[in-house]
Amino acid sequence: MENNLKENTFETDLTKKLINEFQSYQSKLNGDASGSLNQLRTDAMSVFEKLGFPVKKMEEWKYTNLSPVMNHDFKFSPDLSGSDFTQADIDKYIFSAGNVNLLIFINGIFNSELSSVISNNENIFIGSISEGMKNHKQIFEKHYSKYADYRNRSLAALNTAFSPEGAFIYLKKNTELSTPVHILNISDSKKNSVFSQPRNLFVIEEGSKIYIAEDYYSVGDNFSFTNMVTEFYCGKNSHAEHYKIQNEDDKSFHVGMTQVHQEQDSHFSNTTISWGGSIIRNDLNSVFDGTNTESHFFGLYLLSGKQHVDNHTLADHKMPNCYSNELYKGIIGDNATGVFNGKIMVREDAQKTNAYQSNGNILLSDDATIYSKPQLEIFADDVKCSHGATSGQLNEDEMFYIKSRGIGDKDAKSLLLKAFVSDVIDSIKIEEFKINIEEKMEMKLKNILK
Amino acid sequence: MLTIKNLKAKIETSEGDKQILKGINLTVNPGEIHAIMGPNGSGKSTLASVLTGREGYVVTEGEVIYDGKDLLELDPEERAREGIFLAFQYPIEIPGVSNVNFLKTAINEIRKSKGEEPMSSVEFLKAMKEKAKLVNIEPEMLSRYVNVGFSGGEKKRNEIFQLAMLEPKLSILDETDSGLDIDALKIVAGGVNKLKSKDNAFIVITHYQRLLNYIVPDFVHVMFDGKIVRSGGKELALELEENGYDFINALKENAEV
Repeated sequence: MENNLKENTFETDLTKKLINEFQSYQSKLNGDASGSLNQLRTDAMSVFEKLGFPVKKMEEWKYTNLSPVMNHDFKFSPDLSGSDFTQADIDKYIFSAGNVNLLIFINGIFNSELSSVISNNENIFIGSISEGMKNHKQIFEKHYSKYADYRNRSLAALNTAFSPEGAFIYLKKNTELSTPVHILNISDSKKNSVFSQPRNLFVIEEGSKIYIAEDYYSVGDNFSFTNMVTEFYCGKNSHAEHYKIQNEDDKSFHVGMTQVHQEQDSHFSNTTISWGGSIIRNDLNSVFDGTNTESHFFGLYLLSGKQHVDNHTLADHKMPNCYSNELYKGIIGDNATGVFNGKIMVREDAQKTNAYQSNGNILLSDDATIYSKPQLEIFADDVKCSHGATSGQLNEDEMFYIKSRGIGDKDAKSLLLKAFVSDVIDSIKIEEFKINIEEKMEMKLKNILK
Repeated sequence: MLTIKNLKAKIETSEGDKQILKGINLTVNPGEIHAIMGPNGSGKSTLASVLTGREGYVVTEGEVIYDGKDLLELDPEERAREGIFLAFQYPIEIPGVSNVNFLKTAINEIRKSKGEEPMSSVEFLKAMKEKAKLVNIEPEMLSRYVNVGFSGGEKKRNEIFQLAMLEPKLSILDETDSGLDIDALKIVAGGVNKLKSKDNAFIVITHYQRLLNYIVPDFVHVMFDGKIVRSGGKELALELEENGYDFINALKENAEV
């Protein structure tokens, strides 16, 4: 096994640099961090050292090649005073003027001056993880690194070794928070190429409700690499709406893992939208650890140029009577590539599972590519599961019909493409955020149809 | 308004090219209604497709002059902006696009092409309400996706509703009567009659004479094998009703002799 793993790794300068960086990182932390956390980091780093960065030989990474990421001279702890960013710099990323809890991270580092949290009280904590682990030590220790498996995943291991720095959200039992949380992650490569590793922990206890939008941007002319992990605990009968929007530029790389743990009767919905970034890999996994849970995965990738976006999802049905539904749609132009790999796992005890999945793609050019692979693994006998994948071009009859009413070629395409993705966009339940998303989509479509 | 001279066109199919129009001549003036009749496969719908610029049709000879312009040089959307409208034989369903959004986009694109300001929302809603009445369109239908879940009759009424909203100069109705019961037919015909004026013209393509009881044509043309083989007044339609397309069979036999 060991040999096998070694064969699948490749030593890079970046790997070596990360190992060195870890040593200096750990020496800085000595005394500051608790013993168990330090042990976790050391363990995680040894996993990363063993596994290295994923390579295309691995089945799970068959279509996504990270080697272009390795060539850049990333800095890990960029000198960011925070004064670099002003309110004016931030304004253009904000979708709501008032009614929002805003957390800002620049290169993974919390910026408390520009962040503004309005909902905190004895039942609600929204803030940075370094603050949260002090204020809610027990909750942190109970949940942190309990869901995202770093032992078999090198990137999650790498994130775990250098973390935690990221957002921490905690809702006590029976707390409904209607004011959304907007987590703004900005990669700033103005001075040099940057490597950041946000680590978020969301703990939503029994009967509570939350809306969270994770928004990723980049600024600067150098390269940026984000390796993020979000752990999401959904307590009994809780309700979570979670969005991840990737707006980075074409010098940005993003790999990320969102690991969800769902208790009985909980409802979780995620929408992942990718339209910015050079190479993106998202892993979204939900484990159904209680009966009667419900999970929705929505996704949209809108790609142009040479963009490459890979979405891997897993709905892991462990318990009976659960429901999962997945809808991913892609519009792929130019030389861009989309990868969709959606797995539904129905374990032996998960009788009466309802699990559905669908992936639809529109290819706008002959050089656009989609690799779509639905996977069903079913070990229970009384289940309803279905999956389907389509890919094609815009419908010519529809195009002619629209044009025959005086609407030009680009507008006709735009109209049909917006219609195609409308069910994914409608999954966004924060109204102001949805408007913001629609505006961005309009711009991206113009860019694709240029 | 429209002059078609010796128009010949073929379609490109996987089994090779097929010549459909074999020399059409037709002149349409403002204020006129022309009916084009003929058996299935005579080229009526192909003529509509060529006039509106559908892909897959290749003009091999002849010309079409519309308002002094070479129509065949224009893209489908440019033809629409110049005032040509096709009521489809099989209207297309567009999931995700509402009727309101569709029409608003169309009207404003047409206005933009003429250098006009977009229609205000108030003006647009007023026009919608007014024109919907013409063809008995329920307001509820307007917020629904274009033709999705519409019955055959509703789709045809929606075509005439769009026609009313876009106010074209030359409207081509391609078998608008097919699949309509007599009540729906009367509604559709009533709408067309209210919309006709001395400045616009209609080409009504139909297999049956029935529609022409309600939309009375100034001219009737009979198409067969890619050509107009007879033209006359409205009485020609009645003659066809009585005798069918027998005379065409006679033509066919003559050709074979």
